[in-house]
Amino acid sequence: MSELLRSELLGSDLSHARTLALAGRHGGLGAAALTPAAPATRLSLRAKPDAVETLSAALGISLPTRPKTSASSNGRHALWLGPDEWLVIDETEADLMAAAASSNVLHSATDVSHRNTAILVKGFGAEVAVNGGCPQDLTLAAFPINACSRTIFGKAEIVLLRTADDAFRIECWRSFSPYVFGLLSEAAEDAGN
Amino acid sequence: MLLIYCPYCEEERSELEFRQAGDAHIARPRNMTEMSDADFEAFFFLRDNVKGLTFERWRHLNGCGRFFNAARDTVSDKFLTTYKAGLPRPDISALRPAASSPVGTAPVETYEATEADAK
Repeated sequence: MSELLRSELLGSDLSHARTLALAGRHGGLGAAALTPAAPATRLSLRAKPDAVETLSAALGISLPTRPKTSASSNGRHALWLGPDEWLVIDETEADLMAAAASSNVLHSATDVSHRNTAILVKGFGAEVAVNGGCPQDLTLAAFPINACSRTIFGKAEIVLLRTADDAFRIECWRSFSPYVFGLLSEAAEDAGN
Repeated sequence: MLLIYCPYCEEERSELEFRQAGDAHIARPRNMTEMSDADFEAFFFLRDNVKGLTFERWRHLNGCGRFFNAARDTVSDKFLTTYKAGLPRPDISALRPAASSPVGTAPVETYEATEADAK
């Protein structure tokens, strides 16, 4: 299909044609406010230990090797999910696939930008709201700022990242997001009481 | 809620994040095409289903995603230890509080003890 025809059929700017999973939703109260996060590019990255250093250089972020830790710089986050597995998120929607490919070391990278969506939870009751469906100990001592973990929220799998004392980013699969947002809204409304 | 220690995440997590994945330390035969049906059945289907200490594979499904092994008591549901996949069976006698006595010396309520002779 020619580029001209494609743009006539789909509209010249595809970014405006995209439907976001949680568009227009809002939830929670003062204790814990819920906001759907802006679109981001995401990478499901797997690699053996000997490739970590080269991949880190290619991605411009040092991939963490300790459990439950993450690294962040300039809107790009690398989250430890398993001993050889990371979730890389870029909030500026930079091309992570190209960055990973430029490393020229053996790795597996899958673009999951549109598979996941994220919910931001903020407020003094954020911990309580997330604990409404997540069994992990989220006190600051056990789950400090920049700690991250793949875990469970009710019946859905999530990736939890603590961005501040009172703020979390919850990554979940797009198709689970109405469920996660709904359950989280209920928990967030109770969090202030 | 039962807490299970994940040897890869290096901390205790809720049982909700885990799935049991059958018996551990079952060696996969290298001569599968030459085995008799009876031998294959024994490898593939037959399990001991022991009462008491058992070695199982577990998977931290909604966590790091890794398989690991666990020594668990099927009567008390207590995890004696967990260890990374590929490691040999640990020395259980060293892990038990009283090495000479079996796990659960305190009376454990079982079906047989409480219901078996109920008429």
